Amino acid sequence: MRNCWESLSAYGLRALGRDYGETLLPRAGDITLCDQIVLIGSGLSWNLYFGMLAIGFGFFLATLLALGKNSTNPLLRRPSSGFIFLFRGSPLFIQFFLAYEAFVLLPRNGIEIDLFFTTITAETRWLTRAWAGALIVLILNTTAYSAEIFHGALQSVPKGDLEAADAYGMTGWRRFRRIVWPTMLRLAWPSYTNEAIFLFHATTLVFFSGFPAWQQSGDSLYYARYLADQTFNPFVAYPIVAAYFVGLTLVIIWIFGAVNRRLNRHLPQQAPRLRYRPQLIR
Amino acid sequence: MFSFCTDPATLPDWQWFACYLTSGTHLAFYWSFGVVLLLIALAAPSALLFGFGGALAARSHVAPVRVLGKTYIAMVRGVPDIIFFLFVPIAIDQGLEYLMHHIRCPDWTQPVRRGAEFAVCAQAKVPLSNAPAWVHDIYSFGLALVAFALVFGAFAANTLYGAMRTVPRAQLETAEAYGMSRRQVVRRILLPQMWIYALPGLSNLWMILIKATPLLFLLGIRDIVYWARELGGSKTSIYAYPHGDWRLWYFLAVLVFYLLLTWVSERVFERLMRRLSRGQATAAGERLRRAAA
Amino acid sequence: MMKLPLALAALTLAAAPALAQNVVRLGSEGAYPPYNFINDANQLDGFERELGDALCERAQLTCEWVITDWDSIIPNLTAGNFDAILAGMNITDERRQVISFSDAYTPPAASSYAALEEDADIENGVVAVQVSTVQASYVAQTGATLLEFATPDETVAAVRNGEADAVFADRDFLVPIVEESGGEFVFVGEDVQLGEGIGIGLRQSDEELRETFNTAIASMKEDGTLNEMIIKWFGPNALTFD
Repeated sequence: MRNCWESLSAYGLRALGRDYGETLLPRAGDITLCDQIVLIGSGLSWNLYFGMLAIGFGFFLATLLALGKNSTNPLLRRPSSGFIFLFRGSPLFIQFFLAYEAFVLLPRNGIEIDLFFTTITAETRWLTRAWAGALIVLILNTTAYSAEIFHGALQSVPKGDLEAADAYGMTGWRRFRRIVWPTMLRLAWPSYTNEAIFLFHATTLVFFSGFPAWQQSGDSLYYARYLADQTFNPFVAYPIVAAYFVGLTLVIIWIFGAVNRRLNRHLPQQAPRLRYRPQLIR
Repeated sequence: MFSFCTDPATLPDWQWFACYLTSGTHLAFYWSFGVVLLLIALAAPSALLFGFGGALAARSHVAPVRVLGKTYIAMVRGVPDIIFFLFVPIAIDQGLEYLMHHIRCPDWTQPVRRGAEFAVCAQAKVPLSNAPAWVHDIYSFGLALVAFALVFGAFAANTLYGAMRTVPRAQLETAEAYGMSRRQVVRRILLPQMWIYALPGLSNLWMILIKATPLLFLLGIRDIVYWARELGGSKTSIYAYPHGDWRLWYFLAVLVFYLLLTWVSERVFERLMRRLSRGQATAAGERLRRAAA
Repeated sequence: MMKLPLALAALTLAAAPALAQNVVRLGSEGAYPPYNFINDANQLDGFERELGDALCERAQLTCEWVITDWDSIIPNLTAGNFDAILAGMNITDERRQVISFSDAYTPPAASSYAALEEDADIENGVVAVQVSTVQASYVAQTGATLLEFATPDETVAAVRNGEADAVFADRDFLVPIVEESGGEFVFVGEDVQLGEGIGIGLRQSDEELRETFNTAIASMKEDGTLNEMIIKWFGPNALTFD
């Protein structure tokens, strides 16, 4: 049996790959409580990686997509609405499966793209790996959900604000950057906070559908399930991963709350506290 | 299925496909779509029931009940639903067997949990090991249903709790002015009026419920995802209909099924919303009034 | 993965009244042809289906088949969701710590690498295996990168689409795949002997059932029916008992 210190050095970074810790995971009969806490905690780094990058990229893409859906030009509006429907209308679980099956069909040696003056080879092999393939799916997925939220907010930007902007002679990019976008964010922020929370929760699906775990390095739920399997005792591993996620959720709420205060700082009354009573969830 | 299916290897393409798509495993695949629909149909009302209990508990005047209700509501926001789906069925299964063990075999001396074994006496098995196969099937489906009802019940509780608080105070005060008791106000005004405020949240909930059904696969139910993976995998000639890796096509079919389901639901909810908004003191109700005038 | 197993097909065999009160539930995976698979009529089929039925008949047991996923097959056994595993499970010391085994019903089986190219790198490349198999433990100890999948079919698909350099599995499972691939797949490197043959997995507390199955297996070995069954399912070149 290991003591806690040995578990930490053996499995603290195990989720990054087997070069960063013990090659073999602990087996049934040789699993301590510390092993469970450490291993599941190391898996949490994958959830953070997926969640943060997906939200980071998704935020900007979602703004563009929301503008597209809000556009009067059907050539922009139709594809934007279609994209949003496709990703919001189907389960993420199936999207992962399908994306994986589609990615493995791409030629192994990459795709040659002919650009008149030169050819570039697009590397495709890493698309079947979770760190790239699943991340792409998550980005597209959160883009669709966030775009729907932003679209709703865009439609509720007060008419008065827009008229005031017109009166100041603001147009185009400046009007968007100074008036429309900040107002949209302020209106959308409570719902967007929920989206962020649920996206982090959704990252636990990555290793359950399609994308295989390399060298047994997976996310927190992958390890929790492994440990629950090995010990046939669900009452330890699952509560541990649940506790990690409660902590993570509190951190997200704290960060998004700080942003919310900043977005509302110019308003005369105190910024409304973010109420986490989601009406609209993913 | 068809009379010409006796020797699939010699058939021309269209007949081969006709036989292939009606094989026993495919029929089970089509049947599993029904299982998914059945789960949705059963989980939605049970989740609503759980939600109702949760919301009423959260509004209770008795402090412990209120705390219980609020904890239940808060629980699903902090923890990914999939963890509940993995945890709840085994927890209930083991809990039931543990309970039965103490009732039916009180003089059993060995501990139930021995290393990796969870051993209860034979009479305490739920269901009993000599029960017919369909009992086992229904039992595992039932466990999955409870897990769904529990998780989505918490979501629904959240929505209903919010909706009950949004019903305009004035409407409740009017009722009180008419001399209704607290109980009457809840039953005659609050509950009927709450639906219009809860509907957007509930329709959203219905959508997530639909989109959560592939998780049945993780609970060991042979649902559409299980069959898509099983049937799509490449088959050697030991099977009657050998083929290559067709999983992409099967998953596309599943995707289309879900898109159709959500699309239809969206249309239905739009209509329902319009119906319920009539005469309501909401923005949508106001718009209807103006359009009529 | 904690999946509750699902009963697939109930088989009621002629059973002596003395043993009839309890049904023996046999767990299998149904995804490992020719050992066990679900045929197109949605019935469990394969070597182990036939063997299990024959053993139950000889031991005068009433048996019922249960299909469950491979990665939860041992937890489900120890949890009592079924009583015996017939799922191409190799007898190893590692598994003996958790469950007990009957006598082997196949001779020690060879495991092989199959790949798309003759010179695939099985020493340091990426090798696909099914989770919690003897092959997985073996590859984890080599220099190769271990890529684990939940089902055997996915391991083969991973090599086809280039995600893995080779698949490592029981030779008997790979033979039909290599033969039918029309030259796409080839066996690579030396065969490896892992485990002590395939046996029935049982709970350690179930001494009685173990004895019953051992007697039935011994009688099938004696009169040659077991060898006939092996040749029927694995071809004339398969290893048989002397």
